[in-house]
Amino acid sequence: MKIIVAIKQVPERDAQIRIDAAGKWIDDSGLQYALNESDAHALEEALQLKEKHGGEVIVLSAGPERVGSTLREALAKGADRGIHIDCADLNKLDALGVARLLAVAIKPEAPDLILAGLQSDDLGQGQTGVILAELLSLPHSSLILHVDKTETGLTVKRELEEGWFQLIELPTPAVLTIQSGGNKLRYATLMGIKRAKTKEVRLLHATELAADSSPVVILEHVALPQKQKFTQMLTGTPKDAAIALVEKLKFEARVL
Amino acid sequence: MSGIWVVIEDRDGRVSRISWEAVAAGQKLAALTGLSVHAAILGAHTELLTAEVAAKALSQVVRIEHPLLDSYTADGFTLALQQFFAAEKPDYVLFPHTYQVRDYAPKLAARLGQTLIGDITAINDGPLFTRQLMQGRLSGSYRHSGNGPCFVSVQAGAFRADAAQPGTAAISLFSPSIEPSQIRTRPSERFRGAAQTVDLGSAQLIVGVGRGIKDPANIPLAQELATALGAELGASRPICDNGWLPAERQIGSSGQAIAPKLYLALGISGAIQHLVGIKGSQYIVAVNKDPGAPIFEVADYGIVGDLMEVVPALIEAVKASRQ
Repeated sequence: MKIIVAIKQVPERDAQIRIDAAGKWIDDSGLQYALNESDAHALEEALQLKEKHGGEVIVLSAGPERVGSTLREALAKGADRGIHIDCADLNKLDALGVARLLAVAIKPEAPDLILAGLQSDDLGQGQTGVILAELLSLPHSSLILHVDKTETGLTVKRELEEGWFQLIELPTPAVLTIQSGGNKLRYATLMGIKRAKTKEVRLLHATELAADSSPVVILEHVALPQKQKFTQMLTGTPKDAAIALVEKLKFEARVL
Repeated sequence: MSGIWVVIEDRDGRVSRISWEAVAAGQKLAALTGLSVHAAILGAHTELLTAEVAAKALSQVVRIEHPLLDSYTADGFTLALQQFFAAEKPDYVLFPHTYQVRDYAPKLAARLGQTLIGDITAINDGPLFTRQLMQGRLSGSYRHSGNGPCFVSVQAGAFRADAAQPGTAAISLFSPSIEPSQIRTRPSERFRGAAQTVDLGSAQLIVGVGRGIKDPANIPLAQELATALGAELGASRPICDNGWLPAERQIGSSGQAIAPKLYLALGISGAIQHLVGIKGSQYIVAVNKDPGAPIFEVADYGIVGDLMEVVPALIEAVKASRQ
């Protein structure tokens, strides 16, 4: 099975986020980046499918030069090769624009399966995989926790709300968006890191892909969220704060 | 162009609460734009749902009916709405932001050359649509540009379901043409995962554990605080994904929704999927090392600090207050 995994580099989970001077996006100076969480699970699912059924795992990412390190990380975990769509201003595109770039890169590879994480930890739109399916005229399913290969295609386990699940059968080629937590992530081995250095990462330039990426939806500005509640912060030593909190819960909120 | 359309979803045969919230969002958008609001219902049999929706202040309710829409598929729903909207030419299409909508609305939008503005929490003059970024640490204002319909999905709890104004709407029927071969996925009946032996939904006091607990060896500390309070122990998704607590203790959109008197969130940053599940709580307390964590936006009381120091102090303070 030839599998392409679309991955995204996002700011690290604990990174301190500052808004840029124009109020249009975040200030990226000094930010640390990591592989998006659900994309890591998509990669893991692809690597496990390859171990069971053979084939090839290709990782694909769009973004500026720094994205190269995340692609290398995926190669170190076991992906066979990478495709980097060099795109300096990814955050100016909308979900359709990004998916159009990825689709142009995917098409000539003619994969059996395309996996993407459910949603990115930065923009959180959760649309890339679903739009890719539409652009490539492929069937899809989203919020997938587990993938089984069958005689005719795939049977996948889809998460529904409130603890419900559903199995979906679909033919290949297909697109799946992978939910976090369905598999256990592997770490890159020392050997893997060494091998990754010699694996191919093909560089494509967004400007040369001839994909129409002018946005329909525009992010006008970003701001700190408005507080929904007035929060009483309890300060001092942990002991002081704990005693003050229990007092408040007992006599002010009357819930203890 | 024909105004604002709200796509209704059902839950167990009734109009879902979040669909009413989307109707309220549609009425808010109507007030800002002067456009009229309509509703669309998809399925094989939609009489009962239609009767419910037609009792609201809407210009029109359309039943989009076809035998192949009996169970949801992305292919079926996309085709049906694509055909319907080709005739109607809407200005705005609003959806409730559910797992089902996330599965097909981006596809429908892309087919029409559009991008969905997903999971919005507010609509302001412009119109500008607010949605969360960076896991709730920032909010972004989005604008639709160009021609063609603007697709929007509305976050659960962002608008009040009871704000949907009553009235009487005209009802009509639309029959899309769908061939069985156009439906490429085959869904099974839905099923439950883990046995549900813990009913967090009716618990009055709940302690929730998140990533900030760092190590499974620290779970007993949280359990000790729960025991001291007489509370149930719950968790955010990553804790259950890691197997540190069973899935039946998961709180949030994919787990249980809770409505306790007191919810004490330990090391939970407050991703929207979790916040959706705790919004019925009467009081929320957050303990987190990051003062910028979104959980503090919904908390009544907060302590910024290290769980390993604060939780033992809390256990002691609770025990002392009970003597």
